[in-house]
Amino acid sequence: MANFYNDNEALKHYLSHPLMKKIVELKERNFADADKYDYAPQDFDDAVDSYDRVLEIVGDICANVIAENAEEVDHTGPQVVNNRVKYAPATERNLEACRKAGLMGMSMPRRLGGLNFPITPYIMAADMVSRADAGFENLWGLQDCAETIYEFASEEQKQKYIPRVCQGETMSMDLTEPDAGSDLQSVMLKATKKEDGSYVLNGVKRFITNGDSDIHLVLARSEEGSKDGRGLSMFIYDKRNGGVNVRRIENKMGIKGSPTCELVYKDAPAELVGSTRLGLIKYVMALMNGARLGIAAQSVGISEAAYREALQYAKERQQFGKPIINFPAVAEILSLMKAKLDASRALLYACSRFVDIYKIYDDIAKERPLTVEEKKEQKYYSRLADAFTPLAKGMTSEYCNQNTYDCIQIHGGSGFMKDYACERLYRDARITSIYEGTTQLQVVAAIRHVTTGTYLNKIREFEAQELKPEFEAVKNTLVFMTQQYADAVQAVMGVDDSKYHDFMARRLVEMAGHIIMGYLLLDDAQRNEEFNKSLVVYVKYGEAEVARHASFIGNFRPEQIEDYLYTNA
Amino acid sequence: MSLNIIVLAKQVPDTRNVGKDAMKADGTINRAVLPAIFNPEDLNALEQALKLKEQHPGSKVTVLTMGPARAAEIVREGMFRGADGGIVLSDRAFAGSDTLATSYALSAAVRKIGDYDIIIGGRQAIDGDTAQVGPQIAEKLGIPQITYAEDIISVEDGVVTVKRRIESGVETVKAKLPLVVTVNGSAPDCRPRNAKAVQKYKYAAVPSEVAADEAKKEFIEKRPYLSIGEWNASTVDADLAQCGLAGSPTKVKSIENVVFTAKEARRIENNDEELEGLIKDLIANHTIG
Repeated sequence: MANFYNDNEALKHYLSHPLMKKIVELKERNFADADKYDYAPQDFDDAVDSYDRVLEIVGDICANVIAENAEEVDHTGPQVVNNRVKYAPATERNLEACRKAGLMGMSMPRRLGGLNFPITPYIMAADMVSRADAGFENLWGLQDCAETIYEFASEEQKQKYIPRVCQGETMSMDLTEPDAGSDLQSVMLKATKKEDGSYVLNGVKRFITNGDSDIHLVLARSEEGSKDGRGLSMFIYDKRNGGVNVRRIENKMGIKGSPTCELVYKDAPAELVGSTRLGLIKYVMALMNGARLGIAAQSVGISEAAYREALQYAKERQQFGKPIINFPAVAEILSLMKAKLDASRALLYACSRFVDIYKIYDDIAKERPLTVEEKKEQKYYSRLADAFTPLAKGMTSEYCNQNTYDCIQIHGGSGFMKDYACERLYRDARITSIYEGTTQLQVVAAIRHVTTGTYLNKIREFEAQELKPEFEAVKNTLVFMTQQYADAVQAVMGVDDSKYHDFMARRLVEMAGHIIMGYLLLDDAQRNEEFNKSLVVYVKYGEAEVARHASFIGNFRPEQIEDYLYTNA
Repeated sequence: MSLNIIVLAKQVPDTRNVGKDAMKADGTINRAVLPAIFNPEDLNALEQALKLKEQHPGSKVTVLTMGPARAAEIVREGMFRGADGGIVLSDRAFAGSDTLATSYALSAAVRKIGDYDIIIGGRQAIDGDTAQVGPQIAEKLGIPQITYAEDIISVEDGVVTVKRRIESGVETVKAKLPLVVTVNGSAPDCRPRNAKAVQKYKYAAVPSEVAADEAKKEFIEKRPYLSIGEWNASTVDADLAQCGLAGSPTKVKSIENVVFTAKEARRIENNDEELEGLIKDLIANHTIG
């Protein structure tokens, strides 16, 4: 029977990454739950065996339920009936399968009804769900809003809401408004404190994915008269209380199964999460980082689907008396698609491992003081997670778009018709480089790590690692690319003009990305020769891209920026 | 009220994707190349049982299967999807059973379980396609049976209401507990494995498996929920004369290996006469009917 886990060697490869041992032992607190819960693991091998078995369930549902329903969901889509969202019937069947399989609240602790999975195997599930149907990934993947409740809400709120998420209630994050998209500091939804200390919400939210969910996290202005992000707080709105209506859902280009809602709040009762004024600057930042990792997983899943569709078609389609895959021009597209896919996935799981470790340390720090050594590690991984999250979201979503574009190209005229899955993948991919922060905003978050050297330091660590001798040539290329990158950073930062820095930022971030993904694939190839081809193809591609950016930066006179800017607009 | 439900399940060779080496030269099934799977309609039956368990809190679902010790895989699969436990009925004396001997052995096991309200099984197994075992068990136990069920609608005051598939459509029938229900493949698919159940029950085993696994022995023995029953002919007080080959009046005379091959191609023009001719030919050679 088809299974999206068993047919994808890469997932097992990353599940057996050497860093997983540390992650699992920390996450399981040296297996303290073993005798408390009948489904808790006894030791490391037992835990990995459990992840493996659960991911197999996910792979089964993805291949045989969600992917099978994807086309129908794309055609039917959700509706608004009496101010409520009604999912497509096939979406309901997908959700039911996930609930029955117990795949909700996967990363939540057992005491709250979860599976206590680290982020990494959870992201693997997201990777597969996205391959099956990227739109459904949004509904299922919003379970990671529970992370924010777990991290910042009171114990009472955790007890009240998290078990419900684990039982299968859905979530949403109500952030954006008509006049507050990328710029969340402008959020206007009004939170009014009543005499008894509780709050009511009034106003409008727009572009809210799964906006009729059971449990909402809402960003609202609690400080009357404030104008910026420091007047915003985070609230939980429980649909059981009523007060929020769905005015309309958007008619979108892709991810059509995922309802994107305009919400009207009318004296909607809400509970404050954590402290006032920290809504945007602390909680939403944490929420968005989790969501960005989720979009990176979604991008990788779509890339996977696109590559497989393209490969199969290229093998079957005959022209000039042979399958088109035998033409070098077609083979090159496919090889590069695969290399971008593998590089994306390498970056995704490197990032998820960093996130895992620092988040677990954060959690442990609530139970006991961390040792000096642990604090050092927490800081190290937290910084890496901070640097890798925007890089992963930016690079994987762009590659996902490129791969779905190429998937249609491989299909030729047939790909332009509505008859093949590739056109849906192409439409679904388009949002990945936009929501949860456009690629341009990922660059804004990532550029700090170019200037402060987080990326370069990590690259130097990679450089110092022992390699099998046959990989020396590839490594030399990466070392050369690193030199070009370091020179380019110095050249750009040597100019005292912040506009010029902004202008060149994306080029610098991409250069770092190519080198890092090259090293990650090099690391993968040490353990598994399946990655050799993608390593070589990707580094060849990255080498040319880095040279292109180096050339652009090297030949650019800072004053030429004026030719690009619309200063009078 | 809570119910005691027995699900009859069989481990079968997967005959749905048969290659040319599926049969041995002597006409018997080449089990080595066909993966062993949960008989598909038994999964439909399991789903009906699990649905009843949800509707009637406190109910217990027991998977009963006859076969070699490795049929414990079937019980584990049932537990992964929501069953509470199970029993493997395993004895060399049962080897070579036809439907009569199978239903005899299974009904003996059901009697041994004793406390049951509903016995649910798939309509038929894909290796034999007889659809006889369920009805024969009902007869041997002297209880009612409803076959070809698509939905066990309700169980109230000792009366079960079932929607069943008939040739011309569906009909809704009622019967008193206890009874046997056989479930048709058109019933809803079985729910997936459950993440917690898989982690909880992954080491569940029959005693012969436990004995062979020194490392896990103590762990399993400490946890009663990991014990799958393993019964033999004497456990269920079976009369050996009615078991296995001895108890099987069915004698296989010979088996013919039928291989469908396309011998010729015919080109049909896209007009009414040609299409009508094709349809008549297909009816005449019983391809459609």
